[in-house]
Amino acid sequence: MSPPATRLRVKRYDPRDLLTEALVGILTRPLRAALTTLGTVLGITTLVITLGVAATAADQITTRFDAMTATTVSVSAPPPHPGSTDLPLLDWDGPDQVRPLAGVTAAAALAEAPVGHDLPVRASAVADPTLAGASIPVVAATAGLPAAVRGTVTAGRFFDAGMVARHDRVAVLGDQAAALLGIGDLSQAPAVFIAGQPFTVIGILGGISGEQFLAATVILPPTTAHDRFAFGTPGRVLITTALGAAGQVAAQAPTALAPGRSTELTVVAPPSLERARKGVAGDTNALFLVLGLVSLVVGAVGIANVTLVTVVERTGEIGLRRALGAARRHIAYQFLLESTGVGLVGGVIGASLGVIGVVSVSAAHRWTPVLDARLALAAPVAGALVGLAAGVYPALRAARREPVEALRSGL
Amino acid sequence: MSYGSPSIGPSSPPVIELRALCRQYPATPPVLALRDVDLTVRRGDHLAVVGPSGSGKSTLLAVLGLLDRPTSGSYALDGVETAGLGDGERTALRGQRIGFVFQAFHLLPHRSARENVELAEIHGGGAGRRGRSRRALAALEQVGLAHRSDFLPSRLSGGERQRVAVARALMGAPALLLCDEPTGNLDSANTEALLDLFDDLRDQGVTLLIITHDDAVSRRAMRRVRIADGVLTEERGAEVGA
Repeated sequence: MSPPATRLRVKRYDPRDLLTEALVGILTRPLRAALTTLGTVLGITTLVITLGVAATAADQITTRFDAMTATTVSVSAPPPHPGSTDLPLLDWDGPDQVRPLAGVTAAAALAEAPVGHDLPVRASAVADPTLAGASIPVVAATAGLPAAVRGTVTAGRFFDAGMVARHDRVAVLGDQAAALLGIGDLSQAPAVFIAGQPFTVIGILGGISGEQFLAATVILPPTTAHDRFAFGTPGRVLITTALGAAGQVAAQAPTALAPGRSTELTVVAPPSLERARKGVAGDTNALFLVLGLVSLVVGAVGIANVTLVTVVERTGEIGLRRALGAARRHIAYQFLLESTGVGLVGGVIGASLGVIGVVSVSAAHRWTPVLDARLALAAPVAGALVGLAAGVYPALRAARREPVEALRSGL
Repeated sequence: MSYGSPSIGPSSPPVIELRALCRQYPATPPVLALRDVDLTVRRGDHLAVVGPSGSGKSTLLAVLGLLDRPTSGSYALDGVETAGLGDGERTALRGQRIGFVFQAFHLLPHRSARENVELAEIHGGGAGRRGRSRRALAALEQVGLAHRSDFLPSRLSGGERQRVAVARALMGAPALLLCDEPTGNLDSANTEALLDLFDDLRDQGVTLLIITHDDAVSRRAMRRVRIADGVLTEERGAEVGA
């Protein structure tokens, strides 16, 4: 009659049942669950934003440093006053003057069309109505331009010093200008007509990474441009420097170009590394990290508090479960899982909001958002751990409730 | 759900066997809630324990339900001596052999009747998840509530709620149905219906022990035991003090 005592084992709490019971436990009080998650949401959001913005900004430093802007110096002269007899500040031999400076890797002088000169550019002498709207600026540049703008000659060649010296009627097209004019194949030595005058297209310059506007221009040798269209002295000298030399070159180039009048030149140099770092430091302030951790702790306390209240409220339920054969640990598991679930939900929401925050901050700064995927995955786990830790004490309290007293209160 | 073929009478095996059971609460002077209680409840018995409040009814229920330990004496439930059992074994024994019915029903408010009945199998009994809902429906059928299986407790009448609680207690075919003031929250009509249900269950061989202070309830029982100041007296028959 008497069954063997070995059968007297507490029934295993089927994990699926445990999960269901915990889920229902959370979902039957949705508003409370939502408010409980709030602390975790805030904490995780703050942490993700802080770490994400830090990563984004750190990457921003390297991007800036690597970028061509970090190695590009542009020196420009103000347009001369009409009637001024002063000598021009910049001249076509400017590149030769700055090239000896330490750190300079390439230099070119650039002049844009004189004001008031309308220079229509066409691919044929016949006016094509379909191209009426396309306006292609004409510029003059020295032979070192491709290196100075880090461009590559995708077809043909760039004009050389000899062509410049001979005043050859040749032109190089920016790749966008070539596409606009419908010129791709140079084997037939195509011509472009600038203000009706033909020029042989000898090359197409593509892949320009600085001075993007040059991609949509027709580039002429300065001598030719001077002869034909009264181009003046260059307005700008573009210099490419070695990595890290930009600051020094920016300080020296005006003196080399216009000794004695260097202050009249405008130098555009990349922002210095120190300044970039300082700008970043404001965002990655450790204070935010501390703030995030503090809100996480507050979130944990909130979960613990609410779970404790829930335990007291559900005294009757605990008693019932114990009467039905639930072991103390089953009660503990259930409350632990509920608080973990609440923390996990908070972590997921917090991680999502954090990612949105990082992207927003990046968008506002025109940065590329950089976020470690592991951070996005770890954030919900952190939330769950917060919930787990917060649930330990209430769960133990729940498990310790005596079923007799628990049953005295209703449900 | 099968309870075997009950052979009711002195020859059927005892479900509850109390011998010189005492429960003393530490206080100055110590409170003796149960004094030398001897009681034998056999399979298929329908026994009512009556007594005024403070007489020791609740203590008896707690001890019989393995929710509390006696200070001294022996208690064998369904042939298993409980005195030397650990907490886990007592919990397992409780889950497998005892079905509880409480005065306040103790139904989870956000669960349907069927889910409330299934709860008994989640924690106690030997069955797994397979067929659980079918067994729960069968238990509801047994108490005549199969048509209410998807109702929340809030949409059931008091009598229906208590019948859901009975169905839950019947899950896993326990050796003993332990009822604590089962009619305490019911009106007379519902009380009558519940007592009819108890009679049906008794006829099916379920062993019933009902703790009550309601004479109407105890009159329907086969045996009546009165408890006063922790002392048990059988009102008719000679089962007590065997």
